Amino acid sequence: MKGVAPSSRWDSFRRKLRASLGPWLYVAPAGIVMLIITFFPQAFQVWMAFTDFRIKHLRFNLFNPNTWEQFAPPFVGFANFYKILTNQLAIENYDFWRLLLFNIVWTVTNVFFHVVLGVGIALALNSRGLKGRRIYRALFVLPWALPGYITALTWRNMYDPRFGAINQLIEVINRTFGTSFPTDTRWLEVAQPPIGGPLSFLPLSFYCVLLANIWLGWPFMTVVATGALQAIPEELYEAASIDGASGWQKFWKITVPLIRPAMVPAIMLGTIWTFNQFNVIYFISGGGPFGRTEILVTQAFKLVYEQRLYGVAAAFSLVVFFILLIITLINNRITRATEAYYA
Amino acid sequence: MHKGKAILRQIALHLFLLAVTAFVLFPILWIVSLALDPRNIDKPLELRLIPPGASLHAFRKILFEPFRLLCRNPSDISTCMTFSKLLFNSLLVSLGTSVIAVILGASAAYAFSRFQFIGREAGMLGFIVLLMLPASATLAPLYVLLSQIKIGGEPLRATLPGLMLAYGSGALPFSIWNLKGYFDTVPRELEEAALIDGATQLQVFRHVVIPLSAPAIAVTILFGFMSGWTEFILAWTFLENPSRFTLAMALRAMQGQFATPWSEFAALSILMSIPVVLLFFALQRYIVSGLAMGAVKG
Repeated sequence: MKGVAPSSRWDSFRRKLRASLGPWLYVAPAGIVMLIITFFPQAFQVWMAFTDFRIKHLRFNLFNPNTWEQFAPPFVGFANFYKILTNQLAIENYDFWRLLLFNIVWTVTNVFFHVVLGVGIALALNSRGLKGRRIYRALFVLPWALPGYITALTWRNMYDPRFGAINQLIEVINRTFGTSFPTDTRWLEVAQPPIGGPLSFLPLSFYCVLLANIWLGWPFMTVVATGALQAIPEELYEAASIDGASGWQKFWKITVPLIRPAMVPAIMLGTIWTFNQFNVIYFISGGGPFGRTEILVTQAFKLVYEQRLYGVAAAFSLVVFFILLIITLINNRITRATEAYYA
Repeated sequence: MHKGKAILRQIALHLFLLAVTAFVLFPILWIVSLALDPRNIDKPLELRLIPPGASLHAFRKILFEPFRLLCRNPSDISTCMTFSKLLFNSLLVSLGTSVIAVILGASAAYAFSRFQFIGREAGMLGFIVLLMLPASATLAPLYVLLSQIKIGGEPLRATLPGLMLAYGSGALPFSIWNLKGYFDTVPRELEEAALIDGATQLQVFRHVVIPLSAPAIAVTILFGFMSGWTEFILAWTFLENPSRFTLAMALRAMQGQFATPWSEFAALSILMSIPVVLLFFALQRYIVSGLAMGAVKG
């Protein structure tokens, strides 16, 4: 663009701006709701993170100036963040960097299994001439249909060392096949890692919460993938068959590229949800043993409800926010999810 | 030879799907067994679907007796909530959430998918970014904010429409991203043809894009419904009048006591999953709509 005068560049920008108005009108209703319901509270949260907000400041009301002088929390700058990142919080077993590493391992393993199982099962259910498809599909939404914390409580009870279903199941297997697996494993309390080497920072309870969360998470991916599979015209597979493509080739050359636009958003959101998956960790392992299955949000929750350190908890949420933001931006770079398809 | 291969494939598929079914049903059958157990225990003592002395008493109690924990006036049983009233509130909130998520979401997603405009990428990221602060942390500020907005002398926070808005905004990021991804796969040529035939942009959106995106719309409705159906923390903090309580809140109320009535707790959880499965059954047709066309041709 050699020789374009500044004024004409400004003109073209104005033209673009005017052309952007229409699309923004489509976005506006959703944008306004999000602004009021989600953005303002989050902004308040950001302010809290820089104060030493404690229980005595709860009567502070942003909209009532009378409460300002008496109840406004003191401004402390970055002190909360400094304490969080340098492990200076008075919580048992607290180590920020271990928490972060665990949180990332937790998210990656979960999302991997959710997507692989979700897409795999959607494909199986989609195969031609399958009998009982509707019954399978209806049964498979059940983990999603039950209230999340009910299933979390159920899984916790299933891991009970004395009366839990897992140990009872092992007993049945022992009786049936004459094996002798232990039937009194304390699934959520054993500190000795089941797999050594580089994975020795993962206690047995990690595999337990992982299994529970896989159970909870894949039906969502199956539903999204089922919808996406419908967008693929049958003719493509027929044409590929005529050209002599194998099933595996058809999967990688047709199915994967064509369900990708629909799966990418689900995967990005799945990553955020799993990263902040509170119910499963809090109700099943409770972060144990020795805080080794604690994730960042459960730790933030403990800061609020056990220590009543609202300011520190807000700062903690902000740290979680920035980590997720970085992950999402990297994700977006790789998957190009925000690009307009027909740009 | 070819036919034998097809039968083998069917058998393998069913073996796989039955294994998945077993995995899915194992914890659920456990909840069923609790609901049938008259002993009110928090876990069955042995692996049996039908416990000794099994009865439907818990289901009967939930369905036909008033909830003594949720009353406007605890001494007057007629002011207590019943299953049908709770169900009505739950349906209202969940369907309202779905409507907000689908209508506002589809509109925004269409712009993000079809137009090249200033701030598009930032706008899309903006919606998802708001999900990243842990929800539990925003409860208190949202409470303060929605208490300031008054409708008919009542704070918006304590009303069911307020709850719908809060859940709807939680469901919007998924709704927008999911629909945008699907709209991307709808061929643009169809829209262009309609535009040439003299349809307006809005007509194209309503009569071409929306019908072709039925699977993604159905998934979004289901998702919006689910987020309103099972949430209780926000509702518990915001609502004051028991006559507006939802089923998820009733479930929570049972756990708050000295001794949880486990059988009723389990029975209510099972009853709560039924409408979701029914909704899924109703929507399934749309989620798998393309399949029928393929089957006719094949």
